[in-house]
Amino acid sequence: MSGYNVIGKPTPCLGSLDKVTGRAQYTDDIVLHNPLIVRILRSTRASAKIKEIDTTLAERFPGVKAAITGKDFKNTFGVLPISKDEPAIAKDVVRYIGEPVAAVAAENAKAAEEAMRLIYVKYTDIKPCLDSRQALEKTGSTIHPELKRDTNLHKSAHQQFGDMSEGFKNASAVVEGSFEFKPLNHAFTEPHATQVEIDGSGDLTVYSSTQVPHYLHIALSEVLEFPLHRIRVVKPFLGGGFGGKSDPFGHEMICAKLALMTGRNTKLALSREEVFFTNHGRHPTEIKMKLGLHPECGITALETEALIDGGAYGSFGVVTSYYNGVLLQGPYRVPNFSFKCDRVYTNKPMCGAMRGHGGVNPRFASEVLLDMACVKAGIDPCEARLKFLLQENTITANEFRITSCGLSEGLKTAMERSGWREKYGEKHGKLPYGKGIGVACGFFISGSALPILWNNQGGKDKSEATQSTVRLTIDFDGGVTVYTGASDIGQGSDTVIAMMVAEVLGIPLSMIKIIAADTRLCPVDFGSYSSRVTFMAGNAARNAAIRMRKALTEAACKLMGLPPPVYKRPEEPVNFFRQGGRKPDFSSVYLGPNPDYSDGFIFKDMKIGCVSASGSASGSGKSISYMEAVSKALEGGALQASGIYVSPKMGGKFKGAGAGLSPSYSFTAFITEVSVDPDTGFVKVDKVTCAHDCGTPINPLAVEGQIEGSIHMGLGQALMESMNYVDGAIQNPSFLEYKIPSPFEQPKIDIICPRSDESEGPFGAKEVGEGALAPLVPSVANAIYDAVGIRLMSVPMTPDKVLEAISKVREGGR
Amino acid sequence: MCRTRARGCDSCEAHGVESINMRNKSSDQSRLQLINIEVNGVKMARAVLPETTLLEMLRDELKLTGVKRGCDTGDCGCCSVLLDGKPVLSCILPACEVNGRKVTTIEGVAKDGSLHPVQESMIASGAIQCGFCTPAMVLNAVNLLEENKDPSQEEIKECVSGTVCRCTGYTKIENAVAEAAKKMRASDSP
Repeated sequence: MSGYNVIGKPTPCLGSLDKVTGRAQYTDDIVLHNPLIVRILRSTRASAKIKEIDTTLAERFPGVKAAITGKDFKNTFGVLPISKDEPAIAKDVVRYIGEPVAAVAAENAKAAEEAMRLIYVKYTDIKPCLDSRQALEKTGSTIHPELKRDTNLHKSAHQQFGDMSEGFKNASAVVEGSFEFKPLNHAFTEPHATQVEIDGSGDLTVYSSTQVPHYLHIALSEVLEFPLHRIRVVKPFLGGGFGGKSDPFGHEMICAKLALMTGRNTKLALSREEVFFTNHGRHPTEIKMKLGLHPECGITALETEALIDGGAYGSFGVVTSYYNGVLLQGPYRVPNFSFKCDRVYTNKPMCGAMRGHGGVNPRFASEVLLDMACVKAGIDPCEARLKFLLQENTITANEFRITSCGLSEGLKTAMERSGWREKYGEKHGKLPYGKGIGVACGFFISGSALPILWNNQGGKDKSEATQSTVRLTIDFDGGVTVYTGASDIGQGSDTVIAMMVAEVLGIPLSMIKIIAADTRLCPVDFGSYSSRVTFMAGNAARNAAIRMRKALTEAACKLMGLPPPVYKRPEEPVNFFRQGGRKPDFSSVYLGPNPDYSDGFIFKDMKIGCVSASGSASGSGKSISYMEAVSKALEGGALQASGIYVSPKMGGKFKGAGAGLSPSYSFTAFITEVSVDPDTGFVKVDKVTCAHDCGTPINPLAVEGQIEGSIHMGLGQALMESMNYVDGAIQNPSFLEYKIPSPFEQPKIDIICPRSDESEGPFGAKEVGEGALAPLVPSVANAIYDAVGIRLMSVPMTPDKVLEAISKVREGGR
Repeated sequence: MCRTRARGCDSCEAHGVESINMRNKSSDQSRLQLINIEVNGVKMARAVLPETTLLEMLRDELKLTGVKRGCDTGDCGCCSVLLDGKPVLSCILPACEVNGRKVTTIEGVAKDGSLHPVQESMIASGAIQCGFCTPAMVLNAVNLLEENKDPSQEEIKECVSGTVCRCTGYTKIENAVAEAAKKMRASDSP
């Protein structure tokens, strides 16, 4: 990375020292004054009317201060404004096993737990709906009668572009398949926790393990019917999210309510079993897909029909429904494209967003089908993918702008480094029986262009809502404090933001301090989900830093006796797809999507040097210390600056056009090598070569970490993970029974970051947190096919399924 | 909540009432046991109930919150501490069992303000993401390198596999342990 001081240098994440010494305080570690311990009584029924609920005995139990039920909450909530269907505590009906039905606050955990057993609940069972097919059948008693439907359909999303029959007619190979995916849990190590501090005037500070402090802030206010300004939400250190902490949760409302009722601080940490009840993990999914391929033109048509099982409540489900379709619009050209995705309610814990949200399962289906089509057409699956990739500065059928794509170089490098040509050769099965190599590609959003919560605020155009605001203040010693609402959930977002500010101001990273994810101190940011932080909060931080730099440059000019710098309007981007759309905001040179800050000065090593001040060569060569400029700038009082990020206007005019719309997309290719034991069905992934185009890697150490983590999670889905339900009761709610990959499963990993400069990303960066998960899963499936000639369409690909498929192939003759 | 109950067993209601009768406050005091322990080099006497786990004692009473509670069932390993130098799962170990023994938590690993080589290399290798498993990972590695100056990759994997990490895919943690081993060998040899 030419000329950067901080950007592009592997940097251990801020907070590492606290984490490695045990000082880091996660939510459950915070010691509040004498908190009441909260425990939640949960439903033992998948579907029932609460005929009677009585907490009198519990309330009289020694040490108990309060007990609440669903009647104590009027409003429901939900992360999407269009499906606020979730109560903090079930009222009148329970919809899944594990749903809160009452809660108790007591002086200690033992009293709370014992009092919970004294709560009398009488249920009248209602026939549960546990299966997604059954959910589509007509019924007299739906899970959400308020929708006034005769089935348990929650959302049906569909879109079509181009001419499907024409597309399939032009294909030389048409393949189709039915795929099945199990429900998954995020399995972060830190169970959800919440602590609420109440002050003398009755105002609340809610410490919670959340990815979305500002969403939680608003949800708390609505559910508690308590003013926003009297609630402060703080996210302490957080032990992993992966989407599983990106909804507001009932337990957060419960703790806050109990604090309000008792006037005491409250504390709750969920058990691991409760984490599985709370779920919000990956939707169990059935997909029927049909793909037409022409060896020269690429994918001529892609038709998808998906059925996703959302569990009892909405969560992110409407978005997930669209993502199951629209995230198939890359990384290849797909001119003729249709999808329909039904999300249904069932009597199970709800599903929501999980790393790779909505895009992982359809990606598996499409990449396996593409592999089948390539075999059928007799073409090399890597060469074919190279040929069909989306190109820079193009637009997809559903009007996604592709501003940068480095996958061509990435896949080529992956082919070389993995020895693809030697191992795959002309057709599959070149390696010895039991050894295989497979490829798959994918893409992912760098943040959703449409903010989900503020999207109709004040009747403003949806896309004009500010995605992120970052504020900076500067200290007398030149140190900078960054206030950002972005949540560092372990991915290192604080570090990335600090690095960007340090780069613009030319000061060491150690002089940047971050205050993040605190709704009272930090400007609004939507939080950490949809891989938006580096791109959106990063752009806002960079813009704020450039404004700070401007003030310092002006001060420096005064001290050096130079005229104040004059800023040129940057040249407007000329990409064709911006024509007709709103032009990026250049009203201030500092607010363009990725403004050039070449102001004729160099900020480096605590010095401000003039290269060519304001076009006059007079000041060239002069320099001044950063500290002198800071002192001068502070003469006028405290110095602060803020920067914002607003997505450029984009997208089509059709229904659902905003789904999957992002200012920029990352691209990924995996070449995966496996060993399959034909006697046991056991699959070992030996090596993966991953090319991930994340634009400019801001912190290469964190980029590698994100990719390695995505591989771990993808492997879990590919080979072992599944939440198993019997009659609506989860059978494996523990790390003992819900197996995730161990170090022994982690393969050798070779990571490639192809060169690609994203013109709108901060310093050219794009997302890295999620995109590298989805294509790993089908790359394993395609490698298994290469190894033993079986096509698995049910995920996870466990030994029993592998064995069964192998024996079928043997019976049928290979 | 009782797991059987969550899965639809109603008989636990009866168990609940019974246990309340058994555990009233006065009997709690008579059930206290006195233990002498050394925690991070500090000798102390504590009175604990038989059902109090070492995790509860360390976190709730001694406020050593570097010991993490990830599952309470001995599955995730995040609660690991060293007992006389050997890793144990503090969430399933009754505190009264550690009478007369030495406990080291993550808070006791850095000596005189300087980090242990394992801690240094965990930071430098980027082995820390969310950090929730980090204390346990460090303690397990400290024990490994105490017993085995030159562990093989398999031995490192074995050591790391005792703790669940969902962020890193373990790769960088393994690298960190290998790096720390190298550094410690280098500083040992004259």
